[in-house]
Amino acid sequence: MNNALSSEERAHLSDRAVAPPKIRVDGLAMSYAARNAARTVLENVHIDIPARQFISIVGHSGAGKTTLLRCISGLERSTAGSVRFDGKEISGPPEKLALIFQDYGRSLFPWLRVLANVTLPLRADKKLTAKQRAATAEAALEAVGLSDAVHQYPWQLSGGMQQRVAIARALACEPEVLLMDEPFASVDAQTRSDLEDLVLGICRRYRMTTILVTHDVDESVYMSDRVVVLGGRPTTVAELIDVDLPADRDQVTTKSLPEFIALRTRVLQAVRSVRRASGPPVRDAQGRPTASERNGDAGA
Amino acid sequence: MTRKVSLRVVEVGVPVGLVALWWFLSDTDFTSYYFPALRDIWASFRATWLFARVGSDVVPTMAGICLGYVISVVLGVTLGVILGSFPRLNEFVNPLLEFLRALPAIAAVPIFIVLIGVSLRMEVAVVTFAALWPILLNVSDAVAGVDPVVRDTSRSYRIRSFDRLVRVTLPSASPQIVAGMRVALTQSIIIIIVSELIVSARGIGHYIQTAQWNFDITAMWSGMILIGLIGFVLSKLFQVFEYKVLAWHRGLHGKAQR
Repeated sequence: MNNALSSEERAHLSDRAVAPPKIRVDGLAMSYAARNAARTVLENVHIDIPARQFISIVGHSGAGKTTLLRCISGLERSTAGSVRFDGKEISGPPEKLALIFQDYGRSLFPWLRVLANVTLPLRADKKLTAKQRAATAEAALEAVGLSDAVHQYPWQLSGGMQQRVAIARALACEPEVLLMDEPFASVDAQTRSDLEDLVLGICRRYRMTTILVTHDVDESVYMSDRVVVLGGRPTTVAELIDVDLPADRDQVTTKSLPEFIALRTRVLQAVRSVRRASGPPVRDAQGRPTASERNGDAGA
Repeated sequence: MTRKVSLRVVEVGVPVGLVALWWFLSDTDFTSYYFPALRDIWASFRATWLFARVGSDVVPTMAGICLGYVISVVLGVTLGVILGSFPRLNEFVNPLLEFLRALPAIAAVPIFIVLIGVSLRMEVAVVTFAALWPILLNVSDAVAGVDPVVRDTSRSYRIRSFDRLVRVTLPSASPQIVAGMRVALTQSIIIIIVSELIVSARGIGHYIQTAQWNFDITAMWSGMILIGLIGFVLSKLFQVFEYKVLAWHRGLHGKAQR
């Protein structure tokens, strides 16, 4: 093997040798026109994601995590490089992909009842009858524990329940790839850990390939098989950290494992070191580190 | 609960009380040529509108309002969706649209008379012209301003374009569409009466005009009261429609306020 290859490139190659990746992000770059010069947000991003793997993308705030996810989802066209699903380059939102947004209040349609929200994307499949659509949606709602809320409007439900409707809507499409953009950032801590476990269970059960964008380092380690740390300016993949924890995760036991704590520290250090390398730390008006920095949070 | 009841009492009681006051005050020895007794107006109203002239005057006026209004809603929503979906096109025609909206439709009545001639078609055209702009501009605004998260959601879930229009874009724009329709309804009523006052051989406006020419002040009043009643009933019907269509919006808002 060529010694000139970076560790990422080697990881890239070895993944390819084992199994073709479900998703391949290849040399992706994204820049926006800003006044007279182009502002580059992402550069030379390579990530291979094998089928059924759960990966998390973390990085300091403003690192371009959401931009990367939007490129992978096909909502945005990258300025260079490509995103491939099963070897095929995508040019728009591909089939068998579902996206869960942070802001459930806006991504669920308030004029539709819960069931109609979940069946709406299924209408694209002309082979399904209305009855079949409803049955699929009801099964998905049951999987997230919302069978009773079928005939309510989303805004009649709590935040956590609304995000579960969004999860059910994704699930009903039977996606092979599930993308989530800080899905648990707008709910309280208890609901958050419930939703984490719900999503973990669903991703395992339905054998989905999952990408989670999060600003929470604990969550990234707890949920995933691998953590992608973004950093640098412009942003690229700073580090890939494999999470070799037992597959069955538990909020209490997993999080108290020494391995979990070591991994969590590693991810945190990676996030913080690339932030130090890429710019001044975030300070508030008085020059003190912000709350997120003090708490070791990777930033939103 | 008691507050709700007392509100109802005020809501119904005040108008009834005012009418009663009018009835008894105008029934005293004081008589004015221009303010006839309500008793006389009511007699004239019964003789004219229940139901002698319904076919000859009320039906044409209502037909003008309804046809013109329906056409302007269909046209306004269709064109509004098109303009709202193509921001470039919208930018291009917007100054023209703003000008047409600012132009009082009354000023255009003579042109329509010359172009079409005095007929139901002319009245429908005039009503459409008056009611179209508030709907069109509201729809194009709302469609252009659909929440980006809503757009992203429908794109990433590959919702079919027909579903996207009927089940996403239009409902999302519906609060503004309904607001435009409410303004347009008032405009329709005003403009048809005005065009009948200017030139027409029939209609409630024409009846009032003729009554004035004949110094039949009581008949004038009865026509005015009829127009007021029609406006009132149409706006109540619109409220029912709005209540149904925007139930989700009210719920969403009520929750946000709590």
